[in-house]
Amino acid sequence: MLEQKAIIMLLEGIRDTLYMTLVSTLIGYVIGLPMGIVLNLTRPDGLKPNRIIYRILDFICNIIRSVPFLILLILLIPFTRAVVGQSYGSSATIVPLVICAAPYIARVVEASLNEVDAGVIEAAKAMGASNIQIIFRVLLVEAKTSLMAGATITTGILLGYSAMSGTVGGGGLGDIAVRYGYYRWQTDIMIVTVVLLIVIFQIIQNLGSKITAFFDHRKK
Amino acid sequence: MSEIKIRHLTKRFEAEGHTLTALDDVNLTIGSGSIYGIIGMSGAGKSTLVRSINYLEKPTEGSVFIDDTDLAELSPKELRKKRANIGMIFQGFNLLEQKNVIDNVTLPLKIAGTSKKEAREKARALLRTVGLEDKERAYPSRLSGGQKQRVAIARALATDPQILLCDEATSALDPQTSKSILDLLKEINTRLGITIVVITHQMSVVTEICDRVAIVENGRIVEEGSVDEIFTSPKTDAARELISGKKDSFSPVDRFDTGNVVRIVFSENSAFEPVIANTILKFNTPINILKADTRNVNGQAKGEMLLGLPEDEDLRIAIMEYIKERGLSVTEVKDHA
Repeated sequence: MLEQKAIIMLLEGIRDTLYMTLVSTLIGYVIGLPMGIVLNLTRPDGLKPNRIIYRILDFICNIIRSVPFLILLILLIPFTRAVVGQSYGSSATIVPLVICAAPYIARVVEASLNEVDAGVIEAAKAMGASNIQIIFRVLLVEAKTSLMAGATITTGILLGYSAMSGTVGGGGLGDIAVRYGYYRWQTDIMIVTVVLLIVIFQIIQNLGSKITAFFDHRKK
Repeated sequence: MSEIKIRHLTKRFEAEGHTLTALDDVNLTIGSGSIYGIIGMSGAGKSTLVRSINYLEKPTEGSVFIDDTDLAELSPKELRKKRANIGMIFQGFNLLEQKNVIDNVTLPLKIAGTSKKEAREKARALLRTVGLEDKERAYPSRLSGGQKQRVAIARALATDPQILLCDEATSALDPQTSKSILDLLKEINTRLGITIVVITHQMSVVTEICDRVAIVENGRIVEEGSVDEIFTSPKTDAARELISGKKDSFSPVDRFDTGNVVRIVFSENSAFEPVIANTILKFNTPINILKADTRNVNGQAKGEMLLGLPEDEDLRIAIMEYIKERGLSVTEVKDHA
């Protein structure tokens, strides 16, 4: 079987992959969540329609999302170097992951908020709620489970993207798979990393679905 | 206890180049502490009208006064404060599905900045009022339609409003549940003195609880008055149609209409005299009873009959005069097809 060195390397790979995926999801939401809220607010039938702001955010989201991640990764190397100090390793990979994830998250959040029943928003307005109160006490509350489901999908996608960053020395399991499986023809290590990625993905997806179902009071 | 005055209210919607006039120069005064019905077919503009009262729809022209405050002159913040003073319930209940009953009821209080403890106490008292004190922790998905509307009523009352707007509040409910909700609204009106505005397309809702009623058709108020008045002697086709049912539903008027059909309405006091029997005896002529019904109008039993009178015009007029003299209201039913 695998020698001890390889096992340690794989364990470190798992750690780095989880680090990249979770941290980039988290920072992605710090940027994407407010962006999604603003998109929802400023859309033509939103709480505070604003054509200009909506168009700008809409444009940014579409531009970034239309660039394939691998190209974005390379395109952003100078920026990553400026932010992190280096362009390789797992911390550096978080930069393009976040930039790729934020507009995606913004869209997912926007879609979740759009699903909130207009009648409930009207009821809140009739109570005398301000837009801020409607966002925090109604929109985010009612869209809660939809947002959780979106976060689960996003995390899964970022897991895949973090592995893709292995091709340019991103670190983590993807990096190991590329270095050992592709350049050194060590198929066994490659298979192990793929299995590990599948297992991690399953855990994220199942955990996410369970948490979402737990908090959903609509059908229980 | 608030008076609502609507003056020259016009609302136009611009949609794809053409203008839709939803409300056209509406004038209404809704007395403090009354239960006021606004009735009309769907698309008549009644929903837009009720939404103008709390400025969810801003009028294109005209004004809405609540206790002599012109809503147009309020700042956004003042308007929100005013809205907290106007409760509203809806056909679709509009409860937060992800919050349990008590958190739904406390929502307006949290919005108003009331402390959590105070809000909970208030909500519990209101849940007792609507008879749902044991459902505090239940989520809306577990409740029946009637229970959801009760939660919505408790929520609407949380901020001690002076006005309660009901937008087709019983239209999604079965007749029994609808009746119990109307009884609850009546009780709330009596006990708290809240002015209640009821939007509906069902005459039964109006006759059940309203004091006064306005009939809306094509964005205009075509008739306004006490429920008793309008039920007994409706002046417009719209009113007649709402009282006797839709044209397309089975109506004896359409089937038997020979141009000689009259509608008579009698109240409890006139029900003692056998007017129809006496008429037949006096004129020695048969009268065909096409429809007979009794209704509860504002707690009073009202009888309604459609009579087929003889062809002879002189005789017909004499009969109508005779019935009128007996204190019954008589109106000729025109073929309104």
